[in-house]
Amino acid sequence: MTARTVYLDHAATTPMVPAAIEAMTREFAEVGNASSLHASGRRARRVVEESRETIAEAVGCRPGEVVFTSGGTESDNLALKGIFWSRRSADPRRTRILTTGVEHHAVLDSLHWLEEREGAQVEQLPVDRTGRLQVDALRDAIGRDPDSVALVSVMWANNEVGTLQPVSEVVEVAHAHGVPVHTDAVQAVGAVPVDFAASGADALSLTGHKLGGPVGAGALVCRRELEVTALVHGGGQERDIRSGTSATPAIAGFAAAVELAVKQQPEYAVRVGALRQRLVDGVLRAVPDAVLNGAALEPVGAHRLPGNAHLSFPGCEGDSLLMLLDARGIECSTGSACSAGVPQASHVLIAMGHDEATARSSLRFSLGHSSTEGDVDALLEAIGPCVERARAAGVAAR
Amino acid sequence: MRVVAAMSGGVDSAVAAARAKDAGHDVTGVHLALSRNPASYRSGARGCCTIEDANDARRAADVIGIPFYVWDLSDRFHEDVVEDFMDEYAAGRTPNPCLRCNERIKFAAVLDRALALGFDAVATGHYATLREGDDGLVELHRAVDGAKDQSYVLGVLDQGQLRHSLFPLGDTPKPQVRAEAAERGLLVADKPDSHDICFVADGDNAGWLREKLGDRAPNSGGAILDEAGVELGRHDGTYAFTIGQRKGLRLGRPAPDGRPRFVLDIEPVSGTVTVGPREHLAVDGLTGIRPRWCGSVPDVLEGTVQLRAHGEEHRARVAVVGDAVDIELLDPAYGIAPGQAAVIYDGSRVVGSATISATRRVQAA
Repeated sequence: MTARTVYLDHAATTPMVPAAIEAMTREFAEVGNASSLHASGRRARRVVEESRETIAEAVGCRPGEVVFTSGGTESDNLALKGIFWSRRSADPRRTRILTTGVEHHAVLDSLHWLEEREGAQVEQLPVDRTGRLQVDALRDAIGRDPDSVALVSVMWANNEVGTLQPVSEVVEVAHAHGVPVHTDAVQAVGAVPVDFAASGADALSLTGHKLGGPVGAGALVCRRELEVTALVHGGGQERDIRSGTSATPAIAGFAAAVELAVKQQPEYAVRVGALRQRLVDGVLRAVPDAVLNGAALEPVGAHRLPGNAHLSFPGCEGDSLLMLLDARGIECSTGSACSAGVPQASHVLIAMGHDEATARSSLRFSLGHSSTEGDVDALLEAIGPCVERARAAGVAAR
Repeated sequence: MRVVAAMSGGVDSAVAAARAKDAGHDVTGVHLALSRNPASYRSGARGCCTIEDANDARRAADVIGIPFYVWDLSDRFHEDVVEDFMDEYAAGRTPNPCLRCNERIKFAAVLDRALALGFDAVATGHYATLREGDDGLVELHRAVDGAKDQSYVLGVLDQGQLRHSLFPLGDTPKPQVRAEAAERGLLVADKPDSHDICFVADGDNAGWLREKLGDRAPNSGGAILDEAGVELGRHDGTYAFTIGQRKGLRLGRPAPDGRPRFVLDIEPVSGTVTVGPREHLAVDGLTGIRPRWCGSVPDVLEGTVQLRAHGEEHRARVAVVGDAVDIELLDPAYGIAPGQAAVIYDGSRVVGSATISATRRVQAA
């Protein structure tokens, strides 16, 4: 068995920080439904509202703009469907949704559903070779017929290659025509500076487990003026936009993690950015024909997430490489979604103009708050032999 | 040894993986994703390529305590097995895709990849046994459980493949394997056996071929004739028929003598299907092409041949003639179609196999 686990998959999920575990554990021992009127209920409600205020403070919004959800996927669904429905019912001409081809499946699949079932017309705007939206294409697409656009959805940072999107420019272009903007910031909060008010965005998705909080708690930050049609009906706990008994322990853990991650973000970026540089340099030294995908590494946090390294290993199947590294206790991701049990080539890489072979030969290494130099060095020691072996298997498979 | 256990999600391959681990091997479970689009192939619990099957395999690997991955071989499977299956039917032959899959996928693509990745062998849940012969070669033998024996579908494996294969179930009757699965806490213990062809939903070959062949079908209809050339009915495409078939002929008129009629011949170019009485199906000789030998190549062999999965053994005299094999059947066989595999046995040992290219009908006395 392996001596230790080298976890290089923080973009999938990252360990909980002690502050979040403590906040959650404390609440597990308490009773009280945040909607109840008695003392226990009021106590729970206070925890939920203080958490809301903590998160609002951290991401630059008003507390009333934080709608708690079960996580990023629900937040994306709520934003896209909820905004589309309310915008279209206000004006039936608004059926177009503009987005990019590199969004997370929580966005793309929601939009696909709206297209299939609700008559939406979804336009995936082109990205450049680094995965960054071409803002001119957005300008043209809106300008062609502004009154028909229901909303624009562009992620803050990409989950596979880490590319940061020009959210402020997107907002500027969309707002010039009165079109609201949603951004999926699940990967961004805690990794790069995220200020909801300053960005001008109308709705923003975030989640707990990507930044040291628990799985199962997230939020949609949305401006008070923005009409969002509810998806989940019931007690109306979250501004009537989202129902369900408030998950007090998870919310408390989520808030503690957001607070800490945002507070430590500047040091995090420097430390993790340096580790990422060491990782990329070392891999390229060990495997000279490996190719770094995505945006420039420097300045750290300017073009891509500090912890993201995405590399192609020509001649290798990413699956084989992942398995060989896993056997040595080194955990990473092929970055591809496992659709219907069969691994698919990454839609992100394809949208960036790579061919399927490149997409299939790629691995994502993502560093996080608990990453160490030892983790990186373990990878650097293993990557050369593993690539060599995976290449042999790649040849055998043809 | 480092072993890849191919895990379909069924009970047999799960127990095989567990036994390989118990034997002291370093085992990694691998589920083969063979369908490009799982929804378009078979769904439900009987197939080998649904998401539920992958999940069942994953849970079995958890219980056994081995790592688990899904390997995508859908492109290879489509090219080497599914396309071949369609081509063969279009040409009026009756292929066995399971042999093809073993020859090209499980003990070729998977084995090659496994060896390249540093593994030593592939283990499967096939019911067959391996022994070392006096000459040092690995011999493939029938399983102890005659009813479950799957040596027929492994008759395409050569020595190089057999050397890197493990069949941990060959010494055990199936009911015992189920009982063992239950004892081991494997949830697939009572999962039904898979049958038929994994990529054909509901076992409806003709319906599947009609949909998939489309323009590639050699004909979209033709006459069903008796041996005198009298038209007895029409059909929607010769690919829906196999030699020896009795059901589904939908002939309005019964034979004058009231006896059942069988497909005797299929002519894909003209689209003609000829039917007649069972005794006219009798075959006493076969020509086999593309022979595959498990070990050394015999010149002449007095042994037995099996002509379909779970079919009976026929006493036979087998001679290798150039690239082909001539098989003389000492007792006649019925309903033998070109495309089927003839697997040659010497006692319980599998000698090799060949694809039937022609049959010799018994001449009426």
